[in-house]
Amino acid sequence: MIRFNQVNKRYPGGYQALKNVSFEVAKGEMVFITGHSGAGKSTLLKLIAAIERPNLGSVIVNNQNVGVLKERALPYLRRNLGIIFQDHKLLFDRNVFDNVMLPLQICGFDFRESHKRVRAALDKVGLLNREKSNPIALSGGEQQRLCIARAIVNRPSILLADEPTGNLDTEYAHEIMAIFESFHQVGVTLLISTHDESILQDTDMRVLALRQGELLHDSSATTSIGSGQPASSGSELA
Amino acid sequence: MRHALSQIGGVLHRMFASKLAGMLSILVIGIALSLPAGMYVMLQNARGMVAQLSGTPQISLFLKMDASVDDVEKLRVQLAQHPSISRAEFVSRNQALQQLKESTGLSDVIGGLKQNPLPDAFIIYPKSGVAKALDELKKEFAKLPTVELAQLDSAWAYKLEALLNFGRMAVLILAGLLSVALIAITFNTIRLQILTQRDEIDVARLIGATNGFIRRPFLYFGAIQGLLGGIMAWLIITLGVMLLNWQLEELSQLYTSQFSLHQLSAGDSLTLLLFSMYLGWLGAWLSVTRHLSQIDPH
Repeated sequence: MIRFNQVNKRYPGGYQALKNVSFEVAKGEMVFITGHSGAGKSTLLKLIAAIERPNLGSVIVNNQNVGVLKERALPYLRRNLGIIFQDHKLLFDRNVFDNVMLPLQICGFDFRESHKRVRAALDKVGLLNREKSNPIALSGGEQQRLCIARAIVNRPSILLADEPTGNLDTEYAHEIMAIFESFHQVGVTLLISTHDESILQDTDMRVLALRQGELLHDSSATTSIGSGQPASSGSELA
Repeated sequence: MRHALSQIGGVLHRMFASKLAGMLSILVIGIALSLPAGMYVMLQNARGMVAQLSGTPQISLFLKMDASVDDVEKLRVQLAQHPSISRAEFVSRNQALQQLKESTGLSDVIGGLKQNPLPDAFIIYPKSGVAKALDELKKEFAKLPTVELAQLDSAWAYKLEALLNFGRMAVLILAGLLSVALIAITFNTIRLQILTQRDEIDVARLIGATNGFIRRPFLYFGAIQGLLGGIMAWLIITLGVMLLNWQLEELSQLYTSQFSLHQLSAGDSLTLLLFSMYLGWLGAWLSVTRHLSQIDPH
């Protein structure tokens, strides 16, 4: 579903964020990307959404080389992805409901259907009673869950989460991991970056460890790359 | 359709969120448009007046005082056969005197005259209204032996019409300049909006919005602002003409005549509104095209 072939990314100014990174993620897999800040975790996720483009190598998503995708095709790639941004990127000029509504408006969803979907997404993350609030009034954990609701409302087959438990205490972090776990169970492919090793302790999921832009360790490499988690039927979220 | 409506709703919501700024832009656009459009109304009125006063052009032939009845009859036949004349009307000297008495109220003065000072005359209605042809016709008649004087009645109307054409050119130049100003106003308004909605644009792009989706509300905004500016201009002109007519009524009572200015016609009003809407849309389009490519991350 996602394949990196010897990907190199160098930012203008010369900073080398990724060096020769290769791996493959199968449909339905849940993968953690770990490493210290500056290790290249965010860059790796941005390359999948074509927010950044590789200097060398190729990034294949759903059999498309997204590194050379035309500008006009980008929106349609991103509609298949759910992205949870490190800095949330919530809009504070509208309420919780309208924040989650935005991706559906962009895709041109039917009015009634989109209302149903927004409610379902908010229910999933436990924010249904806050739909009229402004996101600025939400706690950090609630903002993070709002961000998740917006990412999944479109029912994407791939979910990218950049430090989703970044500033949260352990209890909130576990709540959010439980939400991700439930998406994994219905067949969504998840890539979650984190520098917080503690949330990995009680998981047996695949881990990609980055250090200074290099892929240091792939926990599934001992078996065989690409055959990690078997894809379950149906890639749609409930 | 529903999405278009909800987007327009959002646009209006945003407009009313900054009431004062929005009203000011609309007012500026309205005033800018009302100048050329108001001048156009005045010109149309002047044009109508000229057409009313001059009617179809006429050539008056005043005969020599010693012209006999035979001479007159010969001339009548000649005029009737002339290829470039549609109609010729004979006004005898007695008839002319009678008309003068009735129309000027100077019957006492005229009654005191010992003899009729007026000559016999023909009023000629030419087929062509072209100034040059009329001029040649006038010269041809002036050479006839029985004709004392040939006079082209509507010469002044042609001069006035040339003046009106000059005025029309002035309106066009003014309209052109102010249209550019209107586009510039919209361009700037949209630029400020794009800056304040930078976050929304960035997020929308990151979650799969096409450029069309991002542009659309700004284009709607430009078109709606232009339309409201056009309505403002229409109101300014309508009110202005009403005020002028109110004053004119007083004036025309003093001159015992009936005269008032016409308002913009329905067709011209529609043209004004559509044109201002189009200019607003164009200004928004230019602004969005320029600024969105500038804030494009790639």
